[in-house]
Amino acid sequence: MKPRYLILGLIALLGLAPLVLAPYYVTLLNYIGLYALVVLGLVLLTGVGGMTSFGQAAFVGLGAYTTAWLTTAEQLPTWLQWASASPWLTLLVGVALTVTVALMLGALTLRLSGHYLPLGTIAWGLSLYYLFGTLEPLGGHTGVGGLPAISLGGISLDQGEKMFYLIWLVLGAAMLITHNLLDSREGRAIRALKGGQLMAESMGVNTFRSKMVIFVIAALFAAVSGWLYAHTQRFVNPTPFGLGMGIDYLFMALIGGVASIWGALLGAGILTVLKEWLQDWLPHLLGDGGNYETIVFGILIVLLMHCAPGGLTPWLGKWFKGRTRTAPLPQAQALPRRAAVEHGTRILQANQVTKRYGGLVANNQMNLHIDAGEILALIGPNGAGKSTLFNLLSGVDRPTSGDIHFKGLPLNGKTSRHVARLGMSRTFQHVKLLPGMSVLENAALGAHLRGHQGVIAASLNLDRAEEQQLLAEARYQLERVGLGDALQEDAASLALGQQRILEIARALCADPCLLLLDEPAAGLRLQEKQALTALLKRLRAEGMAILLVEHDMDFVMGLVDRVVVMEFGQPIAQGLPEEVQNNPAVLEAYLGGADA
Amino acid sequence: MNMPMEPCNAGTTLLQIDNLSVAYGKVEALSNASLRVGEGQIVTVIGPNGAGKTTLLSAIMGVLGSRGQVNFDGTLQSVPEVEVMVGRGLGLVPEKRELFTSMSVADNLLLGAFQRHRRGERDHGQTLKQVYDLFPRLWERREQLAATLSGGERQMLAVGRALMAKPRLLMLDEPSLGLAPLVTREIFRIISSLREQGVSILLVEQNARAALRVADYAYVLETGQIAMHGPARQLADDPRVIEAYLGLSSKHQEMLAS
Amino acid sequence: MNAQIALLLGQDGITNGAIYALLALSILLVFTVTRILLIPQGEFVTYGALTMASLQAGQPTALVWLLLALTLLDGALDLLASIRRPHAWRLPRKSLVKIAYAAAMVGLVNNLPLAQLPMALQALLTLALVVPLGPLIYRLAFQPIASASSLVLLIVSIAVHVSLVGMGLLLFGPEGARTRPFSEQGLELGPVALNSQTLWIIAASLGLIIGLFVFFERTLYGKALRATAVNRMGARLMGISPEMAGKSTFVLAALIGTLSGILIAPITTLYFDSGFIISLKGFVGAIMGGLVSYPVAALGALAVGLIEAFSMFWASAYKEVIVFTLIIPFLLWRSLTSRHVEEHE
Repeated sequence: MKPRYLILGLIALLGLAPLVLAPYYVTLLNYIGLYALVVLGLVLLTGVGGMTSFGQAAFVGLGAYTTAWLTTAEQLPTWLQWASASPWLTLLVGVALTVTVALMLGALTLRLSGHYLPLGTIAWGLSLYYLFGTLEPLGGHTGVGGLPAISLGGISLDQGEKMFYLIWLVLGAAMLITHNLLDSREGRAIRALKGGQLMAESMGVNTFRSKMVIFVIAALFAAVSGWLYAHTQRFVNPTPFGLGMGIDYLFMALIGGVASIWGALLGAGILTVLKEWLQDWLPHLLGDGGNYETIVFGILIVLLMHCAPGGLTPWLGKWFKGRTRTAPLPQAQALPRRAAVEHGTRILQANQVTKRYGGLVANNQMNLHIDAGEILALIGPNGAGKSTLFNLLSGVDRPTSGDIHFKGLPLNGKTSRHVARLGMSRTFQHVKLLPGMSVLENAALGAHLRGHQGVIAASLNLDRAEEQQLLAEARYQLERVGLGDALQEDAASLALGQQRILEIARALCADPCLLLLDEPAAGLRLQEKQALTALLKRLRAEGMAILLVEHDMDFVMGLVDRVVVMEFGQPIAQGLPEEVQNNPAVLEAYLGGADA
Repeated sequence: MNMPMEPCNAGTTLLQIDNLSVAYGKVEALSNASLRVGEGQIVTVIGPNGAGKTTLLSAIMGVLGSRGQVNFDGTLQSVPEVEVMVGRGLGLVPEKRELFTSMSVADNLLLGAFQRHRRGERDHGQTLKQVYDLFPRLWERREQLAATLSGGERQMLAVGRALMAKPRLLMLDEPSLGLAPLVTREIFRIISSLREQGVSILLVEQNARAALRVADYAYVLETGQIAMHGPARQLADDPRVIEAYLGLSSKHQEMLAS
Repeated sequence: MNAQIALLLGQDGITNGAIYALLALSILLVFTVTRILLIPQGEFVTYGALTMASLQAGQPTALVWLLLALTLLDGALDLLASIRRPHAWRLPRKSLVKIAYAAAMVGLVNNLPLAQLPMALQALLTLALVVPLGPLIYRLAFQPIASASSLVLLIVSIAVHVSLVGMGLLLFGPEGARTRPFSEQGLELGPVALNSQTLWIIAASLGLIIGLFVFFERTLYGKALRATAVNRMGARLMGISPEMAGKSTFVLAALIGTLSGILIAPITTLYFDSGFIISLKGFVGAIMGGLVSYPVAALGALAVGLIEAFSMFWASAYKEVIVFTLIIPFLLWRSLTSRHVEEHE
């Protein structure tokens, strides 16, 4: 069955549900919808972005309490009185408040690495929860009651059966928005957050901004869920916004499969139904004591993490895999290109560049220059400092002293993102691709800076024209490097040599004037090396400057204009390939101590 | 192009690996590698970057999962486990040294004897003395944190720490990496002297010439496969070995011309 | 506030702070050796306190059945593993010893005159019952995924916590419990009347901290654990097995937690779900220490105790908000000073 029909069938079933189901089941479905909306945010945040949050329940509370207070308080500050007129206005206030709070909390915690982020979310999640319980106007632990019903087009949604439609409509819209967003330029940047941040920054992605975007979106989904919840229950108290619920949301995401949009629905459904079922059955087994289902949940999650850390969705096969990405239209207009640099212009100049790590000198007073239309090879034994130099030149790392000029501009203190914007693009010694994304999408990430459509355009699918251009550019570059047959394959399924070639295509998508290649020929077969040689020669003829690190001497000697040999962090020889080959110092460095 | 098999019949076999393969996902980093180290031998594995040399040692040690057979000291292991291999007398000095940087030099050495201490062999005082005799620099710096040592001293500490376990076979991964020529020379002198003390050595090196000079037997690893092997002296003069490292071959000249 | 009240609050703060400090040290230890953020640390505290309370009430605690069940599960898994690997027949014998121990505990708990035992024996029995849960939990929940990403470890840690809280409710019931103080007399120190339990707590905490220090600085096993924390691969190459290191740290964590529970049970009423908030305060301390420094973590935890005590006086309703918001400036400081590192997960 095609996914499209499946979805249509699902929508039809949902539309009929309140008409045929008993109220109990409609309520259950309402809860599933409300939870799934929060979990969807977590899928984006944790599954796609790799950031774990235990605090989503607090954002739900923020949405719920905002509307509860505004619609029931007897005395509102005058500047807020307009909002009490309708729940739709309080939704607006709730959204604004949530964005503000999320921006603040995000600024505080999103830069945190590793464990600090989840711990941070626990901290503010708890603080907000305790605030809900202690603030006087919010009714303390007893809560706020008597919320009005939402009215939509003159119909008052005063019953669960009516709220059902609104809840699932909102959820559907949120799923569509999430899907659109992930399938876009911004989406690729977001998907690079998990394990590809260094690479993404080198492609010009502002990773902090991407993190903030999904953090705010996840908070918004949670707050809207809270708003819906408040007006379904018509009553709020702090309990459903505590850390326990925050943990439950995360569990739902994990059960469904933390990286899948449909997983949000699946996880919310399974956990909610399971909870109901266990709450019915466990008292028979263990007696009426309380929430024994938590014992089972905990054990289930432990087992899930042992056996299927990816959640259940991947097990359900192709039905939930989502549609194949659209192939680029052939008639997409070409992207504008950078102004060409004249042959022989000095592109890069490194003066006396030194890098120390503690007592270790990785680069010692390195000098280097490259002109447009020139290929320079950097060779030397392992540990000579070549990769360190690459990182310094591309802004990934900063030199301890010395300076680097790129197209005449000093790069001091510039980040790799800025350097990318100026027109330098690179590949990595240890291939940095995004597994699970297609070859085409991986390459398209390189063209990030050549697109301009933002998050909102992407969410509403208004970015298609530009997206086609970006994908067309990616396809053009992939065809150019010889990967035209593998566009839709998973990047991780390529052989290592092919992955290196894909990195070159990605770098070319940025339309650079200087290309840094870290061991491009490693793992290639002879024919592929010859094809790569031909490509690099063509790029040189177009005026591009290329700096490459390589161990394969056959490859280097037949291709490059000049060679710089490094050992112990400094150049020991440079010149034409033939000169360098016969240099005794080079022979010594490569074959080892001549006379011991 | 292979040399005749079983070239070195002298001495009993200490380590014999057969058809060892390691795959990272779909990429095979080592395929069907077989090699042998005799008792009291220095055997070297040379080869270019990314050929799978480190992978080979990690698989023998049990740090990486592998397929194939590892027979150490007469005991067959289909999947070696690190703790078991250490207990049997196999030591690895890894490329990254893996020192306990925030602990003292003396503590680093002491931990080298952890397994023997657990087994009740409490003679590490004597072993420690031998290590300090071998590396007087470590004695001078015994109270310092390992993090404060220079590159050469770190390598000495890594070797010394491995020796504390009294290994019968010591595997060294790129011991000369990033070291100045003088220090490299010192390290190779020590490798030779270890053999005289009855420790067999499996040496992985990029510094091919130095490695071939100290070794009895050598294997050349290329893209995960043993490309050739033979007595070290023979390989040192083999034009193909030189070619593999510098690309100065006649074949290359022809390619340029064409 | 006068000096009298300040001293009283100070005493309270230091008492709680000492416990938080112990927990912070334990959390830090487990984290550095195994990369696990031990959220269930607090459950050892409540299990310790509630087991002690039920022993004093003369009830054969149901906890012993949990111990037996987990031991049997552990034995079953070891048996399974040894069947798969023919050369490791040593393991089942070890399992038999463990099962015999658990069975002996069942016998003891059901036959001893629990309420009449001297308090020291009750405490000992509590430790004998609760501490083995630590390595069992490591074996069952964490060992199979020891090399998983730290996110997975965190999730499992949370899941174990959730399960243990539910289990606590099942084993001990919803009522809170308090135990008898260790001794009745206090100490008059000038104008201050020092509570005897306070002295016990401070003395025990100091003793434990000194004991840990000696263990880690002077013994080979302690050094081996430190080595694992510093460089996991290096430690493996020395033949220090990660399993051993993991189980050992969980023994220590359970020991510290249970002991803390026994210590505070006479002055605080603990419920089955009190553990989380207590261990989170330990986490606040550990975070202040940047998840690396033991002394800073201990001092930080002590500060948490003091701040908590004083905010109880000034803004009692906002006590928890203040304590948990306290973490934010430290996180901010971390985020501004720590350089960006690429995660490999």
